[in-house]
Formats: sequence, C-alpha cells, structure tokens
Amino acid sequence: MVLWLVVFVVVPTAILLVYSFCERDEVGGVVFSFTLDNYRRVFDPVYLNIFARSVGYAGLTTVICAVVGYPVAYYIARAPEALRHRLLLLVMVPFWTSFLIRTYAWITILKQDGLLNGLLHSFAVTAAPLNLLYTPIAVVLGLVYAYLPFMILPIYGSAEKLDNSLIEAAHDLGAGPLRAFSAVIVPLTMPGIAAGTLLVFVPAIGMFAITDLMGGAKVPMIGNVIQNQFLQARDWPFGAALGVIFMLMFAVTYLVLQRRGAALAE
Amino acid sequence: MTPEPLAMIELRHVTKRFGRFTAVDDVCLTVRAGEFITLLGPSGCGKTTLLRLLAGFETPDEGAILLDGMEVSHLPPYRRNVNQVFQSYALFPHLSVRENVGFGLRMKSVPAADAGPRIRDALAMVSLEELADRLPHQLSGGQRQRVALARAIVCRPKVLLLDEPLSALDAKLRHAMQLELKHLHRKLGLTFVFVTHDQEEALTMSDRIAIINRGRIEQLGDASEIYHKPRTPFAADFIGQANLLKVSVAGRNGTTARVRLDNGLELTVASADLPVDAKSALVSIRPEKICISKARMAAENVFAAHIEEEIFQGATDQLRLVTEQGTRLSALVANESAMQEAFHEGDRVWCGLHLDDVVIVQAE
Repeated sequence: MVLWLVVFVVVPTAILLVYSFCERDEVGGVVFSFTLDNYRRVFDPVYLNIFARSVGYAGLTTVICAVVGYPVAYYIARAPEALRHRLLLLVMVPFWTSFLIRTYAWITILKQDGLLNGLLHSFAVTAAPLNLLYTPIAVVLGLVYAYLPFMILPIYGSAEKLDNSLIEAAHDLGAGPLRAFSAVIVPLTMPGIAAGTLLVFVPAIGMFAITDLMGGAKVPMIGNVIQNQFLQARDWPFGAALGVIFMLMFAVTYLVLQRRGAALAE
Repeated sequence: MTPEPLAMIELRHVTKRFGRFTAVDDVCLTVRAGEFITLLGPSGCGKTTLLRLLAGFETPDEGAILLDGMEVSHLPPYRRNVNQVFQSYALFPHLSVRENVGFGLRMKSVPAADAGPRIRDALAMVSLEELADRLPHQLSGGQRQRVALARAIVCRPKVLLLDEPLSALDAKLRHAMQLELKHLHRKLGLTFVFVTHDQEEALTMSDRIAIINRGRIEQLGDASEIYHKPRTPFAADFIGQANLLKVSVAGRNGTTARVRLDNGLELTVASADLPVDAKSALVSIRPEKICISKARMAAENVFAAHIEEEIFQGATDQLRLVTEQGTRLSALVANESAMQEAFHEGDRVWCGLHLDDVVIVQAE
C-alpha cells in the first residue's frame, strides 16, 4: 500500500510541484530554478476566466447528470433482481468501446448534414439544418453523455440499500409520493448523490478531448489549456502550476464536501 | 338498551392474491372501536398481508375494507387515518428521535406550537423524554421499539397496526413490552390490530384473537375461548399443546356422550358440541387438564397409565403417559413441592379428566 502510494501518488505529485516552480528555456526544456512567475500567470484574468468557465460547464454537467441519472438509478435499484442486473449491464455497456469513438459517433449525429438534422429535415420539423455541433450545447451534451454512468452507479448503490419499509413508513405517516421523496428518499441516498457529484464534477472540469472535439476548440477549458502547455506550447512549468492550482481546488472541494457529509452523518 | 358498539374496522369478503398464490382468502372480520385484536398464525399464513391491506400498502383484489364506516379499500396509506409500528421499526436513520416522532405531524402540516407538546406527550408516554435528541442508531432495540410506538401514536390514528413489533426483543424485554403495550392500549383507547406468530403474546394481550391459516380465519374469539374451545384441528394444535385423538361415537345419554378410541379407551364427553348424527370426532385434551394421582380419584373419566418419560421444564414437568390401552398422552404437572406427590418415570398413576376438558374439535 505504501509503495503503491509512493509510486502512483507521491512521486508524480512531487514532480508536478517541483516543475511548477521551474522556468522554461527557449526550446521548451525545463530549467531548474525557483520562481513564482508561473503562479502569477495562473491568476491572470484570461486563465481565471477559463477556470470559471470550466467550473460552470462541469457544474451544469453535474446538475444535468444528477437530474437525469437519479430516476434511472432509483428505477434500477427498485427493479426485480434479474432485471436489475441486466439494466446495470446496459449502463456499463458504453465503457466497452473507446470513449473517443463514442464522441466521434456524437459528431456524426450532430453535424450539419448529420443524423439528427437529417431526421428533423425529413420530418419537416426544421427548414434549415440546426447548428448543433461546436456549440456549448454540444459540449455539455458530450460531457453529460460521458459522465452519466458515474452519477448513476453510486446513486444506484445507495438506493439499492434503501430499506423499503422506510418509504412505507413515510407513506404511513401521511407523506405523499413527493414528500416521501424529498423528506426520506433523497436524504437517505445523499451519500450516493455526493459520490456521483464528485465523480462527475472533478473529471468534467479537466476534460479536454470532448470540449475539443465537440466544442470545436473554440472555447478552451482549463483541461485544454493545460494540455496545450504540455504539448503545443511546450511550457511544462506553467502547465504544472496550472495543474497544482487545479489539484488544490479539488482538495478544498473534497474536504468541504466530506466535512458536510460527516456533519450530515452525525 | 345499550347501543351496539361501533365497528371501527370491517373487512367484507376480502381476497388478495399474489400471482397464483392467494394470501388472503375471502376474509370477513369486524373489529369494535377500542378493541385489541390479534391476528395470530404461522409465517406465510396471510396475517401480515391482512395488516398491509389495512395500512393501505396493498389493495384487495376482491371485497371491501371499511374504516370507521368509510370504505378505504383503494385509498393510499397517506390518506388513511391508521398508523403502523413496523416489525423492523423503520425509524428514519437520518432523523433524531424527536424528528422521527414529529414526522407524521410535519407531513400533516401541524403547526409547530401544537406539534411540540404533542411530540413531548408521545415521548413521555413511552418514557423517552431524555433521548429526544439521539439518533436511532444510538438507541437500544427496546428504545427503538418505543420510538416507533411514539411515532405511530402521535398522529392520533383511529387504528394502530402492530406488525410483530416485539419479535426482535429478547424474552425479558418482550414480556415487559407486552404489559406496556396493554397499558398503552387502555390509556389511549385506540383500536389495536396486533400481528404475531407467538401464541403466548396473543393470549396475554388480546381482547380477541383471530387464528389465521392459509389466508383464512380459522377461529375468532377471546383468549379463553380460543384456548379452551378450539374449533379446528389447526387451532387446537397451534395454540398451546394439545393431545388430538380420533374417536368414534359409542353412545349418547342426555347431556353426555361416550366416545371410543380404536384401542378401546372410552371417554365421556359433553354431547352439546357433538352433532346428533356424528359418527366420529376429533377431540382435544390440553396436557395440563389431565389430573394425575397415585390413588384412584372420582371423575367422569378415570383411567390408568404409566409414565414413560418425564421432561423437566422448570416450573412444570411434562409427562409422557401411556394408558393401559396403549394411547400416548402428554400431561403437564406443576413441579411438585416436597409436600406434594411426586411422579417419576416408570410410575403407575391414575389419570382423571373432567368431561368439559375433552373438547370436540371436529365431528363427522
């Protein structure tokens, strides 16, 4: 366990931390020195905006995933056992192909002469093809599609453990379906919702492939920026500084969520 | 003239099926307001389904359920004025004792000024005032049981449904809770419907007992009636212990009749329960009704037997008797003090039976 932590957590993080204080030479190499310049650049409004946008997109994705995923997860958890296993399998089937391929599939659906526009046109719903691909809508759609299972599975986990007699008790005490849902079912599946939120929100902020492919690289996300620093711009120290700030942000979010969770469990 | 007591619950030919399994089969039952009725039967007999039909968790396939004169057969549980104490207690784990008890009032939008005292009263009723701020997982089994009770009575339901609420408690606590439930019933004056598979619980607590078997009510009556006058072999066997004997009718003489076992043992019974044209019957003899003595006694039924086996049970001794004719009978005697006669394996004894203690269960 300790070895595992050292190899996969401590060493990479240490390298990132060291790089973030270094400088870059003309050809993109890393010059070991100590400077705070990289961090100063992170707080440039340009990058802060990108940070904010990323958080916004990831937040929207998380909310949509929760709203769409909750009923699905709850339904699966309440289904008879045989059906439950089949439905769970269906949720996980998309993982069997590369997510790049699935994203390209979305592109063929959404593009100007793609499947969706073709259908809309042939049923005379729209006169001109809709501009769907390379819009924020496409980006959010892509993100929701990619991360929905990560919301469904943890919610399923806590919904499955929910004792049916608790729901009956709520009804027995005068709670209609809506009140039973808000007063008993949601609070008791909160651990699943929290885990799902973390599992969707965190990777959605850093995602760069979907935002590139479906957003047309028009609106860069923080993930794209970091990727660029390491590949195109060859400014590893700055990329590392962005990464460190990014990581700190998650650590804080996680701690806050965990504190809340602990307070709830008290 | 006293008015007829009001029927709080009325089941009219209620049937409930799950697929091809009939859980409740054409049940009719009337429960008076304020009555403590117990649905008693083995697991899978349909007693819990009956309770769930009353609570509204199931709807009947046939028949009607009336609550205080109003048909509620298809009303959802949250529109019925009944509350249930669940077998697992079903306390909300994320809410404190106080919030659990107040849940029903919150759902009914009872104003806080009114709800506060009512919650306090309910908690006081089950002596849990000090634990109001605890969470369910910080309570013992018995305390959880009380919270579940308080939560159910705080809404002042017309009927309180109890689904084997004592089955998870240990024997000592169970006895204490039995008495407490009985007191609570008296204090509140509510109609209690209590489901259990424990006959002792049923006999101790109920005004009336309905013995349920295979989705039907086998017998309905007060505890003494159920115990002393079982009407079906199932009822005789399920409640307490019984020696069930097949007999043929040998002759009648006014208020008494002679019945004979295949091996020749003859017994005198009361003829009132024996139909005139009956040729054979099933009789039930409770073990403790068999009077045992070393000396021959005077009784309607006297026969000799020897003690084949003696089983020590603490306060009582169970004796396995074999009569001269070879009939095996189980008898129960109080564990004797030094002042009384002692009975041991191998002893020859006389058995006496009052004719009312030979109960006709079935006659053909």
